[in-house]
Amino acid sequence: MTAEPITGIVTPIRLDYTYTPGTSPSQFLRGMKEGRILGRRCPSCAKVYVPPRGGCPMCGVEFAEEVRVADTGTLVTFAVVNVNFANRVIDLPYVSGEVRFDGSDTTSMVLVQGIPVDQVRMGMRVKAHWLPRDEWDFTFANIDYVEPLDEPDADYESYKEFV
Amino acid sequence: MSGQLAAVLGTGQTKHVAKRDDVSIAGLVREAADRALEDAGLTYADIDAVVIGKAPDMFEGVMMPELYLAEALGAIGKPLIRVHTAGSVGGSTAIVATHLVQAGVHERVLTVAFEKQSESNAMWALSIKIPFSQPLVAGAGGYFAPIIRGYIRKADAPLDTGFQVVLKDRLNALKNPYAHLHQPDISMEQIIESPLLWDPIRYAETCPSSDGAAAMVIGSERAADASSRPVAWIHGTAVRSEPTMGAGRDRVNPHAGRDCAKAVYAEAGITDPFREIDCAEIYVPFSWFEPMWLENLGFAEEGTGWKMVHDGTTALDGDLPINMSGGVLSSNPIGASGMIRFLEVANQVRGTAGEHQVDGARKALGHAYGGGSQFFAMWVVGKDKPK
Ligand SMILES: [Zn+2]
Repeated sequence: MTAEPITGIVTPIRLDYTYTPGTSPSQFLRGMKEGRILGRRCPSCAKVYVPPRGGCPMCGVEFAEEVRVADTGTLVTFAVVNVNFANRVIDLPYVSGEVRFDGSDTTSMVLVQGIPVDQVRMGMRVKAHWLPRDEWDFTFANIDYVEPLDEPDADYESYKEFV
Repeated sequence: MSGQLAAVLGTGQTKHVAKRDDVSIAGLVREAADRALEDAGLTYADIDAVVIGKAPDMFEGVMMPELYLAEALGAIGKPLIRVHTAGSVGGSTAIVATHLVQAGVHERVLTVAFEKQSESNAMWALSIKIPFSQPLVAGAGGYFAPIIRGYIRKADAPLDTGFQVVLKDRLNALKNPYAHLHQPDISMEQIIESPLLWDPIRYAETCPSSDGAAAMVIGSERAADASSRPVAWIHGTAVRSEPTMGAGRDRVNPHAGRDCAKAVYAEAGITDPFREIDCAEIYVPFSWFEPMWLENLGFAEEGTGWKMVHDGTTALDGDLPINMSGGVLSSNPIGASGMIRFLEVANQVRGTAGEHQVDGARKALGHAYGGGSQFFAMWVVGKDKPK
């Protein structure tokens, strides 16, 4: 009997890490624990970052003022995901949206629900759907998804710089 | 020109495939390096230093693989430098090697880039979980699909633009024996009917997952003049980056890409890239990036790149052939993909590209990008010695 040569073996690997968020992101995560979206404004370009890091990457200066942004916003662009991947927790197909929360100058990638996938549009007005309060933790995942607001779509000119 | 002259003395690559289970990573890079040296008419003894690049280590789960690859690359007792710039790494690795020669540090540098995607799961490595974001990003396609949707809206581009790019690149790949995907039966119908993975991206519009390596020998003016083989003179190199999370960042037409193109043209003495560049290999992992980069690279006005796809300008026999080798859409050993772009244009101006040679190519652009479109690396190579 001739044995097949062994050309490879499958060995699962993992990477566990402790995330140390730093000052600005810590405040953001504390805000999430209380159901608030907290950003920070750059003293130089006046842009509001959500979530904030230590400073503005465009200007290279430390952030100043803390700004609470709304949990309503505009869906500026999106993908309809129809592909399976490791650690997926959402049924396919789903809409992964880029949402500019009102008052923020950055976009966040958020799940879009509450509307058939083929009716999702750029410019759609949306609102965060939060997990039940007793499940809130120090994480952006407290926002389970965004769902459509009963409002007319935003004008393209008003959000095109975020696309 | 910056510093002393440098030239590509030889190139080599592996036949890119889904799974090279007949060789280890070391065997894979050795194969490409052997071919580059043979093409240059040199041996490992002629090499002064080795510069190696690959995409993030988690893509194979081998941390700092350059340490164990030193032996396979003949780098024992020689300087060995590793470069990290995500998907653009194949380009920036070649540029680091070039700079070592231009600075007069070394006479001949071997530069190598690789990926052995079959040994792990790059999509898993790209789908990380951090407390600031939802676990939604399904690999690179999940990240780039909303940006492509943004381009289609901004440029008001016809929806079949992406299909045209794929058809062209996959037909070009049939002329390239090293390309991973050889699909002689490829048709528009087949592309349109392929599943929508990340709407607006269809399966046929995505790059394959490949095992492969690429290598080049970069030499000084003296080394190039002494070579009996055709060489490609390096007329300009540039790398640029920008903050991934910057507010107001244009992800469709990134500032860093525009700056990088401007810098590489300035160094190469190019004022009208469309007229002066004979052909280009640009990093297009998803079909729509061809028109997007045509604009970013200054070949087309903003919002008009798709027209060059539709009117045949970028075809192999067009005015500005793009991705003659079949491009990233036909082979994607991630870390090597940028170097393959650089290597392919070097072969074009050397006149050694084979069946996908562009007649009379004298000046060509190699381009690579990486990460969330925040890293760029480019070079311009020419048949003639820079003045
Ligand atoms: Zn700023």
